[in-house]
Amino acid sequence: MNSKTADRLATGVFITIAIMITAILAGLFFYIFVNGFKYISFDFLTTPSSNVRAGGGIRDQLFNSFYILLITMLITVPIGVGGGIYMAEYAKPGKITDLIRTCIEVLSSLPSIVIGMFGLLVFVNTTGWGYTILGGALALTVFNLPTMVRTTEDAIRAVPQDLKEASLALGITHWHTIKTVILPTAFPAILTGAILAAGRVFGEAAALLFTAGLSTPRLDYTNWNPFSEQSPLNIFRPAETLAVHIWSVNTQGLIPDVEAVSSGSAAVLVISVLIFNLAARWIGRIIHKRITATK
Amino acid sequence: MVTALKERTTMEATVPVQQINRQENILSINNLEIFYGENRAVNGISMEIEKNAVTALIGPSGCGKSTFLRSINRMNDLIPGAFAKGEIIYEGLNILAENINVVALRKEIGMVFQRPNPFPKSIYENITHALKFAGIKKKSQLDEIVEESLRKAALWDEVKDRLEKSAFSLSGGQQQRLCIARTIAMKPTVILLDEPSSALDPISNAKVEDLIVDLKKDYSIIIVTHNMQQASRISDKTAFFLNGDLIEYDHTEKIFTNPSVQKTEEYISGRFG
Ligand SMILES: Nc1ncnc2c1ncn2[C@@H]1O[C@H](COP(=O)(O)OP(=O)(O)OP(=O)(O)O)[C@@H](O)[C@H]1O
Ligand SMILES: [Mg+2]
Repeated sequence: MNSKTADRLATGVFITIAIMITAILAGLFFYIFVNGFKYISFDFLTTPSSNVRAGGGIRDQLFNSFYILLITMLITVPIGVGGGIYMAEYAKPGKITDLIRTCIEVLSSLPSIVIGMFGLLVFVNTTGWGYTILGGALALTVFNLPTMVRTTEDAIRAVPQDLKEASLALGITHWHTIKTVILPTAFPAILTGAILAAGRVFGEAAALLFTAGLSTPRLDYTNWNPFSEQSPLNIFRPAETLAVHIWSVNTQGLIPDVEAVSSGSAAVLVISVLIFNLAARWIGRIIHKRITATK
Repeated sequence: MVTALKERTTMEATVPVQQINRQENILSINNLEIFYGENRAVNGISMEIEKNAVTALIGPSGCGKSTFLRSINRMNDLIPGAFAKGEIIYEGLNILAENINVVALRKEIGMVFQRPNPFPKSIYENITHALKFAGIKKKSQLDEIVEESLRKAALWDEVKDRLEKSAFSLSGGQQQRLCIARTIAMKPTVILLDEPSSALDPISNAKVEDLIVDLKKDYSIIIVTHNMQQASRISDKTAFFLNGDLIEYDHTEKIFTNPSVQKTEEYISGRFG
């Protein structure tokens, strides 16, 4: 087999794989939309769920999903980016750094149910908080932090050494160089990492079952006091997310319209992830253009 | 450190008059050795670098020119395992010493790299980036320095209408002149140039050469070059390196017309390297 045939064969194989992946993805979307779209209505999105009767909505679950996402990212992004900066720029090569890196890798490969059990032990029982949004967000942080550190480290390492040298050679300190040259350059890759982490938060159920819980108290959306029991903003209240809701209606199935609620929720979940992804990328691109002066 | 350096300068005023009238040196290098881990890339060289002159470093690839140049503003600190022995005396201080403030040092000894490396920012911000860090915040003053340094780097006319555009929108030659502009904007005393025109077209190259000759009124310049014509056109003194040794160091005219060492003669006439 000469190199030309080999090349053509390899190209063919890669194209086939790419088509297969796209087809599976498209099929999945199609399936979810066809099954779920017809159940999505204004009512479905704006009424609270019901435990026993038909016709319940997903208002609180939808809000909870976004709110837990927000809290998780508020914790994960600063710590993850900080850790990534440390690993890429400050950690001296050696045994301790290797140990940290191994820990990060092990942590990122833990099954999420194990993280859920860990969360139950630490953020629910030891702290005495019970099921809370904060507990759920912290469990998800444990779950996402390794990936965030890793992607930040990789993104920073991918910044050309030239740029760093250029800044240092002008008499700029290492830290200021990181802030003003390295991080802005690494920003798109870090953002991609954050979006991937966010996607995992949306879809995660196992880690939240025992930390944020399976229920949501009656919420009053006009109450913006984060310390009030009924406020949706209270981070010390239990909160069932959309993904958890899908799991729970399917397993506990007390409502007569399980099919409608779970298919509708699945479609809403997928659409939320899509909208979030596109919006985050769009905003990221605007920010990146601003800092790099490219039009 | 800047004030510490100034104090040393005033001390020199007590030196006898005959010595001041002689050609002044900005850097004295004594027995400098540079290692990458076990490997020695520069083998104990000693030389004086003249003030307000252009010093060219020539020699075949891998002979240690960049290594030597990068030790003068401590850029080699960034390379794990690299270290230097010996002395580089600048304003009475050994800049290789542990306790030197390298950030302050690099403000006085600037560097332009072989490949143009502008920041992914606007043309204007490329120049103000370091100025702002150095504490210059006033817009009018920044504008003035930006214009002045871009003019000196022969780039002003080409970019004056597009200062807010990305530096990446410039050609390679323009980018390199921008890098020179941002270095001179910091008003260093010494400028290190590592093959600054290897990525340039002949016209940009000519502009950069004119610029270098022009700059030596105010700055001391050390330039690494593979281009013999360039070395002979713009430099006052030339140092020939080979395998980490300083083979010959003399006035450029002498090196190019009547070198004392056989190897130098062979190298500049293109018989090896
Ligand atoms: N980062 C590094 N790590 C290890 N060895 C290095 C490093 N940089 C340079 N060297 C070695 O040091 C020696 C001198 O390299 P240097 O880059 O100073 O040469 P040069 O004269 O600038 O060559 P050129 O003209 O190709 O730029 C070479 O043998 C090179 O392999
Ligand atoms: Mg070199």
